[in-house]
Amino acid sequence: MSADWPTQIFEELKSADVRQVAFVPDAGHSQLIRLCEAEPTMHTVTLTTEEEGIAMLGGAWAGGQRGALLMQSSGVGNCINMLSLQQEYRMPLFALVTMRGDWGEFNPQQIPMGQSTGPVLEAAGVLVYRCDDAALMADTVRHAAALAFNTSRVVAVLIGQRVVGAKNFFK
Amino acid sequence: MSSELLKRRSVVARVLRDRGDTLVVTGLGNSSYDVAGTSDSAHNFYLWGAMGGAAVFGLGLARAQPGRRVLVITGDGEMLMGLGSLATVAVDAPANLGIVVLDNERFAETGMQATHTARGVDLAGIARAAGIADACLVRTADELERRMETLGAAKTTTFTVIKVSSEPNPTALPPRDGPYIRSRFREALLGAAAHR
Ligand SMILES: Cc1ncc(C[n+]2csc(CCOP(=O)(O)OP(=O)(O)O)c2C)c(N)n1
Ligand SMILES: [Mg+2]
Repeated sequence: MSADWPTQIFEELKSADVRQVAFVPDAGHSQLIRLCEAEPTMHTVTLTTEEEGIAMLGGAWAGGQRGALLMQSSGVGNCINMLSLQQEYRMPLFALVTMRGDWGEFNPQQIPMGQSTGPVLEAAGVLVYRCDDAALMADTVRHAAALAFNTSRVVAVLIGQRVVGAKNFFK
Repeated sequence: MSSELLKRRSVVARVLRDRGDTLVVTGLGNSSYDVAGTSDSAHNFYLWGAMGGAAVFGLGLARAQPGRRVLVITGDGEMLMGLGSLATVAVDAPANLGIVVLDNERFAETGMQATHTARGVDLAGIARAAGIADACLVRTADELERRMETLGAAKTTTFTVIKVSSEPNPTALPPRDGPYIRSRFREALLGAAAHR
């Protein structure tokens, strides 16, 4: 019936006129990254650390283009100070965060950052929406992106491990 | 020794003398005061924080505005916090992006503590090793003149480290209200589309 959730996110990013996509890869984002890389209207940039993407997409919006930042929950910990750019200049930022340290996690080191991802973002003033059901993904992404770009706010969608699937360490 | 060093205000005045409609991004602190004091413009985006983010802010801006030159002017301490961003910039390499580092070998803003460049770290060398082929170090007024003659017409990402004196300058603060800075900048650049 409907397309898979990474394709749905991709379609939503396209219809939101997202032109720059920055990421530190997460396995949960791999399909979305491939779709964005293959899309001629989107410029993709691989970052060395997630905070680069915050500043980069600030520059993109200052120059008239919308962006999206893709990262794993652990990357949120690399971003907090840089978020004061969008907060203080009141610029939009749209981030899609695939969760670790969540539903069915195997790696203990993912737990501290995974469990504090939402609270830490909210403490930094970010508007946080969570999606744990693939059937609600398109709707969540569409409205979260609209909120970010219509009102110049920093918005993050946390994509639960229940949707992504827990990482299998026994391949 | 330090009397032979270039003075940062006059360096920035020279760098921006023929700027035309170049978009300028400043790293936090003294770099933004230098730009405000010599070439204030609606085409300047002054950062008051985002330490380590100036070069990649320039990258996103350069990609959004491929028809305009984008110049990032920042300090050695700010650039050192974003060393990874040199790899990111080098790989993406927009032809319209230039980065200028005002290297006083100090964190001047926080009390003149020595930075890594005072202890041998070579920012231009790091940039070149990352893949920004057009990266160079400027120490004298002659070298600055020669560099400026080619910079405006550059066809690749450029990286210029300029050694400058750490002596203080008269205060020249840019506006510090974020929404004002971004709206002034976007309106000058995008016109009515800034408000869509
Ligand atoms: C993340 C972060 N860490 C530390 C500071 C404090 N700080 C403000 S300016 C600065 C030094 C900047 O040094 P440099 O870029 O070389 O500028 P200079 O004043 O020497 O021109 C520091 C460490 C900060 N603002 N943000
Ligand atoms: Mg310095």
